[in-house]
Amino acid sequence: MQEQTSKALSGFEGKPNEVIPMLQAVQNEVGYLPEEAIREIADMISIPESKVYGTATFYSQFYFSPRGERIVKVCLGTACHVRGGMQVMEALEREMGIKAGENTPDFKFSLERVNCVGSCALAPVVMVDDDVFGRLAPKQAKEVLEQSDPEV
Amino acid sequence: MIQKFDTIEKEALEALKEEQNNDIPQIYIGCATCGNATGAQSVVQTIQNKLEKENIKADIKEVGCIGMCFAEVLVDVIKPGRPRISYQGVTPELAEEIVESYVVNDDHRPDLTLGYFGEGGPEDVEQIDTGDVFKNQQRVILKNCGVIDPENINEYIARGGYRGLAEALEMKQENIIGVLKDSGLRGRGGAGFPAGRKWESCLKPQADQKYVICNADEGDPGAFMDRSVLEGDPHSVIEGMIIAGYTIGSSKGYFYVRAEYPLAIKRLRKAIAQAKEKNLLGEDILGTGFNFDLEIFQGAGAFVCGESTALVMSIEGNRGWPKPLPRPRTTEEGLWGKPTLLNNVKTFSVVPQILSKGADWFKSIGTEGSPGTAVFALTGKINRSGLIEVPMGIELGKIIHEIGGGILDDKKFKAVQTGGPSGGCLPEDKLHLSVDFDTLVQAGSMMGSGGMVVIDESTCMVDVARYFLDFTFEESCGQCVPCRQGTQQMLEVLNDICEGRGREGDIEHLLELGNSIIKGSICGLGQTAPNPVLSTIQYFQGEYEAHIKDHACPALVCKNLIVFHIDEEKCTACGRCRKACPVEAISGEKKVPHKIDQSKCTRCGICFQECPERFSAVERLTGKENLAAAARGRLTDV
Repeated sequence: MQEQTSKALSGFEGKPNEVIPMLQAVQNEVGYLPEEAIREIADMISIPESKVYGTATFYSQFYFSPRGERIVKVCLGTACHVRGGMQVMEALEREMGIKAGENTPDFKFSLERVNCVGSCALAPVVMVDDDVFGRLAPKQAKEVLEQSDPEV
Repeated sequence: MIQKFDTIEKEALEALKEEQNNDIPQIYIGCATCGNATGAQSVVQTIQNKLEKENIKADIKEVGCIGMCFAEVLVDVIKPGRPRISYQGVTPELAEEIVESYVVNDDHRPDLTLGYFGEGGPEDVEQIDTGDVFKNQQRVILKNCGVIDPENINEYIARGGYRGLAEALEMKQENIIGVLKDSGLRGRGGAGFPAGRKWESCLKPQADQKYVICNADEGDPGAFMDRSVLEGDPHSVIEGMIIAGYTIGSSKGYFYVRAEYPLAIKRLRKAIAQAKEKNLLGEDILGTGFNFDLEIFQGAGAFVCGESTALVMSIEGNRGWPKPLPRPRTTEEGLWGKPTLLNNVKTFSVVPQILSKGADWFKSIGTEGSPGTAVFALTGKINRSGLIEVPMGIELGKIIHEIGGGILDDKKFKAVQTGGPSGGCLPEDKLHLSVDFDTLVQAGSMMGSGGMVVIDESTCMVDVARYFLDFTFEESCGQCVPCRQGTQQMLEVLNDICEGRGREGDIEHLLELGNSIIKGSICGLGQTAPNPVLSTIQYFQGEYEAHIKDHACPALVCKNLIVFHIDEEKCTACGRCRKACPVEAISGEKKVPHKIDQSKCTRCGICFQECPERFSAVERLTGKENLAAAARGRLTDV
């Protein structure tokens, strides 16, 4: 993990305004923000760790614990909300046996709610990593997961 | 320098001529996010393979969104000397059929078409430009979207692109601002502040550095206008920003783009590199000595960063906290304390056209107070979801019933929501209103940056208000008390109402809280957060009262206020609901009507969806009496 972090941070000079791009680079590489990475960023910029945490925790994009191999994002933007996005979320929660914001015990999947992926015309929408599933009915939850299984 | 641009333009046209062989078929495939989400990339692949197999030469272009998301994947074919025929809902299988039938042979397959553009199309196919979708639209900001290849700068130049910049560079800065002021252009981010005045207040201060920022952090749930412009016509935004840089005396600009828009970011990067190559961006632009560089900053997901001071804080590497009041204007003290000009994607993208076509041209579109056009992401319970552009002043109802083709599944229209979490819901008797900045605010909603969500009778207005409050509560930055605590209090009251714990006086309480939050918050997020609640109370108070007094949700949405029940006389005991029920709450066997055990039922609604429409045996009941009967297990007595 140390290697991944260093690789992600190699292109940066350590300027204060690079905090967010640095956090993004680490998360892209590691999948979340491990404690050591926060420390390394703080060291590189010469600011307290608390400042880096303060910034990181403010933004919904950042995660502080490992996530599943594939991220299931249920869109609950306005269009998806009025077209039954919540029922799709509930169906996925039942199917996966976890709640939004959690990982499956085998770390195959994480389940998240997002506010609009901008594909409103296809509402309700679920994204698994970069794959988009549109115009979903709750009963298709199982299908989505089967098609997205990282081991298949 | 105009001569220098003339040369660039000439070269671009020549390059295009060479690239573009009009003697072979041109195939356009809508490959914006919505197209790709529907499978556009595999359609591209299939068409390429098929053409290769048939040994046919054709130009394949991956274009941006033309706005007809309801008909994705869209494939347009222009055969030499023929009009552009649009095929809708194209799958890889259909793509192969289309190539086989129309490109190889000469059967244009009217059964698969959406229509054709231009004149002289086949008689059995509809003309799109004069049809309902387009006849009320006027494409200014979106004029290139879905028409040009966004990754080819020559196509942008061939359609008049960068001429506005070349002309601006010959003008005095004050004169550019003069044209903008005269045009009456108002910022397209939502609030509608006059752009000319903003630019002017950024020109005045003396500073060693100034910045131009394009706000592309489109955070409204239910909106994708800015994304479509960046994906479909990135150069127009870049050109607008360069003009802004020249006008206010800035050499550095930033795109603040949502990280959730990877395709937009990719297209922007490519466009920036191409503009540099042509000396339209970078150092000594067109030999004038003017330098301007552009950088992309990826937003990390915070709705409040739409507020200018918060956005600036975010680029500087901090929490996106709006600066406390009283605060200097960003135009005087913005990024790194320097004068900063911040505009929305659509505002920048229309500036080049205003400069090349003139203020009078712009004023000839729209209304006196709101000239120009408005771009909307039309979504929700509507037949034709998509991206539309209409002249300001158009009737709201025209958008919904003509362009949008009315309500999905023939249901009844209930409300239209504009302005996202900052806006409001307007009912049927407001559909005659003119769409412009001022009229919508007067009616209790707002223009916003362009989300337009249509709501039908099966949507609960209290639930919609709660949805938006939940959003603003989550997104409140937490700095000022009225917004942080106020949205939480409002949300709690709304949760109570939706869950059957509503009390007499709740409506008044919500109104009081809402008005205090508007008055007491330090930034636009808090100052507008109560709008969805206030406007739904204004127009749909009856629904609130039904929830509070009768524990009834008239739209049958609020879970705690409805029960599911199987009508024994209608039930044919087919067993579908029983098998589908995730909590085994349904009992019954062959030839025995099914029953729902209310103590097990989680009200997920799956049985209701599973029951075939021809039986419609599963019903939803609401109201105190039904709820009480269900709790006693004696629903059938009611």
